[in-house]
Amino acid sequence: MKAVVAENLVKSYTKGSVKALDGLNLDVEEGTVLGVLGPNGAGKTTSVRILATLLSPDSGRAFVAGIDVLKHPDEVRKIIGLSGQYAAVDETLTGWDNLIMFGRLYHLSAKAAKDRAVELLEQFSLSEAAKRPIRTYSGGMRRRLDLAASLIIRPKVLFLDEPTTGLDPRGRQDMWGVIDELVKGGVTLLLTTQYLEEADHLADEIAVIDHGKVIARGTSDSLKRQVGGERLEIVVENEYVLAVKEIVAKVSGSAVNVDEGLRQISAPVTTGSKALIEAAKMLDEQGIHPLDIGLKRPSLDDVFLSLTGHVAEEKVAEEDLVGKGRRRGK
Amino acid sequence: MINFISDAAVITKRQLQQLTRVPELLLFSTIQPIMFVLLFRYVFGGSIDTGQPGGYVQLLMPGIFVQTVAFTLAGTAVGLAADMQKGLIDRFRSLPISRSAVVIGRTLGDGALNIVVLAAMGITGFIVGWRPSSSVFEVILGFIFLLVFGFAMSWIGVLIGLSVREERVATNATFIVVFPLTFLSNAFAPTTGMPRPLQYVAEWNPVSTMVAGCRQLFGLENQFGATAGSFPSENPLQMSIIYMILIMAVFVPLSIRKYNNAAKK
Repeated sequence: MKAVVAENLVKSYTKGSVKALDGLNLDVEEGTVLGVLGPNGAGKTTSVRILATLLSPDSGRAFVAGIDVLKHPDEVRKIIGLSGQYAAVDETLTGWDNLIMFGRLYHLSAKAAKDRAVELLEQFSLSEAAKRPIRTYSGGMRRRLDLAASLIIRPKVLFLDEPTTGLDPRGRQDMWGVIDELVKGGVTLLLTTQYLEEADHLADEIAVIDHGKVIARGTSDSLKRQVGGERLEIVVENEYVLAVKEIVAKVSGSAVNVDEGLRQISAPVTTGSKALIEAAKMLDEQGIHPLDIGLKRPSLDDVFLSLTGHVAEEKVAEEDLVGKGRRRGK
Repeated sequence: MINFISDAAVITKRQLQQLTRVPELLLFSTIQPIMFVLLFRYVFGGSIDTGQPGGYVQLLMPGIFVQTVAFTLAGTAVGLAADMQKGLIDRFRSLPISRSAVVIGRTLGDGALNIVVLAAMGITGFIVGWRPSSSVFEVILGFIFLLVFGFAMSWIGVLIGLSVREERVATNATFIVVFPLTFLSNAFAPTTGMPRPLQYVAEWNPVSTMVAGCRQLFGLENQFGATAGSFPSENPLQMSIIYMILIMAVFVPLSIRKYNNAAKK
């Protein structure tokens, strides 16, 4: 059963001159996590906004838990949770006030809203800060409260739009922990991110999008395989470089790459750990102790680079332009 | 329907709660009009001969009441622009609540704040010599008029706030709307001193009809400028009611539509 389906979504801003979505297709299997990965301006936020009923596409269809998002937005709103890039909570109010307010807006009774607020504050380690105004919270705490607010009704489908953008490493780790817990609880999650390691860490499946289209889709492993297999990498002292080059050539059977500066010798291998053990044995026989030895699998950075021809961070300037265009337009 | 009322009530409650969490908000939104009362009373009061018993302060108070409630527009616009900027409007729109609850809750909240502000101003006015000479009933009716006018103006603020989407822009935009509206009127000085074409503008200005209407309800004689004998001059209360209905008839639907289409960044 698909919990989220987007079919051929098209959305233009500024009278068609900026195409945010250009025939986007997505689907998320119930109870799984889809990571939508792409640089700024690729269309991630626009797709989430459409699926969360905030924006109408120019064309295309969207379904959440089988409900048509465009025809029955009110039904969809009853089963989704949305937490965006910006912590959308009332900063003058306390964390407690906010959760009660949103609870009441979800039509919980006064008592149910209170019980749920206590529960969520506990779950997100915010109990101590509950009575403080949000403006005194750290970035990570705000983001957690924002997420808590989106979970009040225990949504079937949760949309998280760049949940860790702008957080420090500690805040990001905390957020990942919290999201991991949610996923264990069985929620269907669509998560957008521009951080490759985040998608790798949190998502069951990854859809890479660029220029408003999905350009690749699969598990983290399958995407990495798409780029190429593993490489054997050995780093040694200068005097051993030539000897090690020979060993690697023997093990790999293909072209060996030597980086003189890093004193690193590497080559693609097809036999995985077997190749690693073989190389290690040969090094040992010759009495060479490598500084580093290992099998390197391609990172999602490599995946993105090979799929799009540019690195993920490169488009920040363009996003600024798009952002401005959108604000001016309708 | 029940949900709609309770949704709007939650939003109104949020606004009143903000006042308790940040008491400075209430303090400053009250101090400013009180300051205006004192400034106008003592800076201009001495040099303006009104020919009315009780002096300038009798004419001033209705003017400054109307100016203050007209500024409700600014509070609404700035508040909504901030909510927009911070993504709160997005969150509200992703909730299963009535499509108009958020803006109605907001305008009611801003309208309710006027009760406190008007009370503070009325007391200050009384201390510095304001004495309405009409019946208690008429005075109360005058304040109800002011509250409804503030509520109507608040709806113009909704449209401005949701259109400009940025707090600082909203602040500037509302000043451009409200200042000419309140000064191009009979609120602080008789319109007879203005160039003749402006007198017509001033006397048809809803702020002027409100001021004239309130003066009437507080027991003052009507004063006429170039438009003596025109409908708004002769019937300021009726004209004010027409204006309030017109403002709401135009801006309530426009604002609700704007909220529903609020395409955020």
